Amino acid sequence: MRREPLSDPRNRVRDVERETARFRARALAGFLLVALCLLALAARFAWLEIARHDEFRARSDQNRISVRSIPPTRGLIFDRNGVLLAENTAAFRLEVVPEQVRDLPATLAALGEVIALSDDDLERFAALRRSKHPFESLPLRFKLSEDEIARFSTERWRFPGVEIVPYLTRAYPLGEEFAHLVGYVGRIDAADATRLDERRYAGTTHIGKSGIERQYESELHGEPGYEQVEVNVDKRPLRVIQRSAPTPGRNLYLTVDARLQHAAREAFAGRAGAAVALDPRNGEVLAMVSVPSFDPNLFVNGIGRVDYATLLNAPERPLLDRAIAGGYTPGSTVKPYLALGGLELGLRRPEDTVLSTGEFHLPGDSKRAYRDDKRGGHGRVDLHEAIAQSVNTYFYSLAFDMGIERFSAWMGKFGFGRPTGIDLIGESAGVLPSKEWKRGRMNQNWYPGETVIAGIGQGYWVITPIQLAQAVAMLAARGVRHPPHLLRALQDGINQDPRPAPTPPAQPSIVRNPADWTAVEQGMIAVVNGPTGTARGLGEGFPYVIAGKTGTAERYSRTDETWQNIMSVAVERHQVLFEAFAPADDARIAVIVALEAGHTGAHDAAPIARRILDAWLKYDDDGGRAP
Amino acid sequence: MIAGFALRVRAFLLRALRQPYFDAPLAGALALLAGIGLATLYSASDLDRHLVVNQALRFALGGLLMLLIARVPPATWRNWTPWLYAASLLLLVAVALHGQGRGANRWLNLGGLRFQPSELVKLTLPMMIAWYLHARELPPRWGTLLAVALLIAAPALLIAKQPDLGTALLVAASGVFAVFLAGLAWWRIFALLGAVAAAAPLAWHFMHEYQRDRLRTLLDPESDPLGRGYHILQSEIAVGSGGWLGKGWHHGTQSRLEFLPEHTTDFVFAVFAEEWGLIGVVALLALYLFIVGRGLVIAANARDTYSRLLAGSISMAFFVYVLVNGGMITGLLPVVGVPLPLVSYGGTSAVSLLAGFGMLMSIHGHRRLLPR
Repeated sequence: MRREPLSDPRNRVRDVERETARFRARALAGFLLVALCLLALAARFAWLEIARHDEFRARSDQNRISVRSIPPTRGLIFDRNGVLLAENTAAFRLEVVPEQVRDLPATLAALGEVIALSDDDLERFAALRRSKHPFESLPLRFKLSEDEIARFSTERWRFPGVEIVPYLTRAYPLGEEFAHLVGYVGRIDAADATRLDERRYAGTTHIGKSGIERQYESELHGEPGYEQVEVNVDKRPLRVIQRSAPTPGRNLYLTVDARLQHAAREAFAGRAGAAVALDPRNGEVLAMVSVPSFDPNLFVNGIGRVDYATLLNAPERPLLDRAIAGGYTPGSTVKPYLALGGLELGLRRPEDTVLSTGEFHLPGDSKRAYRDDKRGGHGRVDLHEAIAQSVNTYFYSLAFDMGIERFSAWMGKFGFGRPTGIDLIGESAGVLPSKEWKRGRMNQNWYPGETVIAGIGQGYWVITPIQLAQAVAMLAARGVRHPPHLLRALQDGINQDPRPAPTPPAQPSIVRNPADWTAVEQGMIAVVNGPTGTARGLGEGFPYVIAGKTGTAERYSRTDETWQNIMSVAVERHQVLFEAFAPADDARIAVIVALEAGHTGAHDAAPIARRILDAWLKYDDDGGRAP
Repeated sequence: MIAGFALRVRAFLLRALRQPYFDAPLAGALALLAGIGLATLYSASDLDRHLVVNQALRFALGGLLMLLIARVPPATWRNWTPWLYAASLLLLVAVALHGQGRGANRWLNLGGLRFQPSELVKLTLPMMIAWYLHARELPPRWGTLLAVALLIAAPALLIAKQPDLGTALLVAASGVFAVFLAGLAWWRIFALLGAVAAAAPLAWHFMHEYQRDRLRTLLDPESDPLGRGYHILQSEIAVGSGGWLGKGWHHGTQSRLEFLPEHTTDFVFAVFAEEWGLIGVVALLALYLFIVGRGLVIAANARDTYSRLLAGSISMAFFVYVLVNGGMITGLLPVVGVPLPLVSYGGTSAVSLLAGFGMLMSIHGHRRLLPR
């Protein structure tokens, strides 16, 4: 050891002084260390609070503000005269706030005794519960009946957290009459969700699934409103910060007349088929029915599985919109178009005649015979008589002379073989016989015999009623095509004036020589009014001259066993059609009727067309007034 | 005899209150801090009056304890020091054997009185180190240092095992500061720091993977990204959205809407930063710096080595609270449960902190050889 510091008092005093000085130096060093560290901490605070302030401010707002969508009210759908086809009606539904229910399974079981709950309801509710917060009110049952509301009201004390809530639901007052045309809305499903603008549909529960409801979904839906809500960490809304009201969807006015639609549907008396009535002057669809139909109201709040299976599997296929997607063999209804082609292409003059012997043979082929409808033939006929009596031989020969290329090109001008472009989803293209089609579809060469039968609307031909309606409307409008359409006007709010919807532009006439058109028109007038016409007598008592053409097509091939079996039931043997327009010289309506089973076009389809024309006469005041 | 003892206690209490040993600047700063703490808590708890009253009662209790401790001369405390240290170590062992608490054994139930011995150690450890160094030749050498290291390690490891890393860290820091203030040569300090830095990876290398995992968990209790990441992120958002002036008192959305975790306890600083902005934070940090500085001045003016070292290490340990808590809520340091002194809700730390300041007051009050 060195010296003992405490032994010398002087040393001790000096040591104490030194120790104090040393301590003070250390205390100062310590203070500087503390100050430095706190400065560094302050710098860190400055970095977060100043340099990155904007970023964190935004994130804090993102945390606290939740934007809730307020769904808009869906636009209404009216017919051309303002008759409601789709409306929003008040209904009541049962809602449950899971958080406020003490024992949920027991409550659901007890509820089930008061108000019927299907397995579908319970499953949907369970799925909702998984995706929503416990403080949110979740729908359990829709469309409560008055009876159910009354029963629940008396037992309400038993169910805390369960509430009856009013809501708007889509309703189709005319039900089956417009099921295919107007369509229906349904719950948004996974498939819909992929094609939706999430932002616009955030609060929306239903979406157009078919028909006009689907076609004009974006017009009908409207713009959602927003509510900025301050939420806590559980996303429970605490207060509304800002609110903007939703913009309701546009109201649509269709071109159809509900009264004409009703009459057309009644005229079918339940027989499967379709009818389309167009205004040949502008392409407006005045009526479009498909029979049988279904009740679209069933789909709005989720159709039950059993109901859906019944509709889907019914042999008469009520869900199919025959008017735009039904495939029919046109039969003789194509003859006027072919006749006009013969004239326009310079292959025939109106006065040129053909001898109908009952059988037509291709040159150099005596075996294969193409028959006339009348045993022994119609004798020598010109164009007028050929149309009036629907003489097959005339058109066999004309089609053969025209050749398949010119045949398909000409018929294509009437819109066969491709969709008309009507503003309705799900339209079929049909089949226009052509070399290209056959090669593409069957990879086979074309045979001349196929041209011959194509001339009477048989063979590969498939048309939809809307196509035939478009074609006959073109004929009525002297070759001018006005694309058929359903939307007449749009209305931004019930207080605003409806503004006309833009109509698809008309095409220039395909008829070069008006005399050609007149010749064909005269033939079609003779069908209804001539002494030999296939539908003679149909125009009796009608104030305007009707021009028309019947069509009767084989439902089954003659070699088919079914045909043999059905021979006895003549009424079921054919697909029958009728096309007409009136008044013949200044057409204001073109109508076609297609029936899936019937005796002849004149016997079964033409009377339905006449009843549609009668209804049109009764209801049309030709004002062309805007709704 | 009991009556006589009661009378003496009464007289002592009256003296402590009527003629307090008292440093006005320090007491004023502490009162201001407590006031800020209560106001912040009132906002952070979304105007929970009950909670604020509870905290105020604890402040009152701590303040009373502070005045009582201040009446006892440092020399008396020095004589009691080894016994107090030994007693607190025994209590820590008792906690290790019979402790209670959620997730961690920190509490000791003494006849219905719940008591956290680690809070006691926050005071007795620096006292012990000061006592030990007081009798030794200063600056300390390696031998003294080793003894001090053992004195620190015993309670620190016991507390860390509870596990309560935050308190262990604070306890150890107070001992280390005592050694630092005792004048440990700079070269020794750097040699020690160098040795620690060198040993860390070496120790890491020799550890088993499960031990490393434990250490990782210890250092970062919520190492799953969602848990820890979420809390730190929400805290940073709260701080960052404050800006220069803050959102205003009780307008901090992060805490009011409960995005911020533990917003009345460990994360209360984030609430303060959100509502008062950088200006408020700097002012608060300045207040803390003032308290630490005043504590060091008291230490520098103290009469003997024991008083100096004790006052200095208590002051600097106080700063460690602020640094660790502030570092945590701004995402600089891992999440360690260290409260913001006199602001975070929670009784024991407030009481033990004020008791420590009582010691400072005692040292200040008895700095002259003759009593007043």
